[in-house]
Amino acid sequence: MADFVIRNVKFAGLASAVPKAVEQNAALKQFDREEIEKLVKLTGIERRRLSGKELTTSDLCFSAAEAVIAKLNWKKEDIGAVVFVSQTPDYILPATSNILQHRLGLGSGCIALDISSGCSGYINGIITLGQLLQGGNVKKGLLLVGDTISKICNPLDKSTYPLFGDAGTATAFEFQDGAPDILANMYSDGSGYDAIIIEDGGYRSPFNEKSLEHCVIDPGIERTKKDLVLNGMDVFTFGITRAPECVNQLMQAFELDKDQIDYFIFHQANKFMNDTIRKKLTLKPERVPSTLANFGNTSSASIPLTITETLKQAIDERPLRVILCGFGVGLSWGAVAMHVEHAAIADLTEI
Amino acid sequence: MNTSIDAFVENFASQFDETPLDQFQASTAFRELEEWSSMTALVIIAMVDETYKVKLTGNEIKDSNTIEDLYKVVIAKVNG
Repeated sequence: MADFVIRNVKFAGLASAVPKAVEQNAALKQFDREEIEKLVKLTGIERRRLSGKELTTSDLCFSAAEAVIAKLNWKKEDIGAVVFVSQTPDYILPATSNILQHRLGLGSGCIALDISSGCSGYINGIITLGQLLQGGNVKKGLLLVGDTISKICNPLDKSTYPLFGDAGTATAFEFQDGAPDILANMYSDGSGYDAIIIEDGGYRSPFNEKSLEHCVIDPGIERTKKDLVLNGMDVFTFGITRAPECVNQLMQAFELDKDQIDYFIFHQANKFMNDTIRKKLTLKPERVPSTLANFGNTSSASIPLTITETLKQAIDERPLRVILCGFGVGLSWGAVAMHVEHAAIADLTEI
Repeated sequence: MNTSIDAFVENFASQFDETPLDQFQASTAFRELEEWSSMTALVIIAMVDETYKVKLTGNEIKDSNTIEDLYKVVIAKVNG
């Protein structure tokens, strides 16, 4: 059972960055008009931000990191850990966290780690960075979490392309004696490894002469083997089962009272899935913020982006207790309960 | 929980907005309905989860032709 108590670590601040370019789903000409209207209604995703050819995940995370460092007035030499969580790194190798450590002007006395994780990545990242900080050896750390999934979706695949938007985030955590515990759990089920997958380009199935062959899978679902595959039905069943389950497990394991939690922030998959999860936990919509309409599914970035977009004012006004829940590629899922008090939330950066 | 085929057909039919109710029989090949789409499949998975407390996989839906085929899958899981 992977339950975690992270002691003496404070959520100090957060910044999120998105590309300026907006794409409206209603304007997509490659799909049947009636079908796209239904899709928008069901998923709640009206528009998305696209990184295009120039911007990468690390560019977005870099801007977010600069924003949160400035907001907190942190000295860069005090930052001793950089954890980068993404499915869309700069290169297969080296790790993007090393590149960001240098680009941000952080000292070489800094541990830099990449984590390959998507929709549950924010939870993975908080647990990992929390473990690094709680011993007090490292005083300040950055959790850089983001994705540019639009780059890996085939524009002719209605099961992926209209769903995903791009974003990068930076969350600052610091060692603080006596900070309220961060509570977490994390789960993995690799039997569902192929429910969300890019088949070619790794070392199990290297990029080859057939990788770029155009395949028509179903009407409105066309792609190559270097594009993202999403088995929507299986992922839906997974999400509506595991997300409420791990939130309930977290509350039971640590005897948390649901009514004492101000907000529940879920990975933003799609409106129908998120509404189903919310109803299973008998939560009212006002306690479960959403950014699906304007940003779509931003993979690992969706939880911090939703905090930036919907909770900045509440965090500026009063201490909050929140539960975060991520679920997706792996398959993997998990939840975090934490206090957010005197945290510096930067305005959304657009680049 | 009413586990009859009639109740299942009714629950299935009530997930559709446009298709008239009289078009839904146990023998209806649901994937041939004009309103059927991969999104309707999600709505059916959610209905089965909520009403029957069991999980359908994508393949189980793809391998079913009629509403009765799907009913049999669901009932086998309910009784399993």
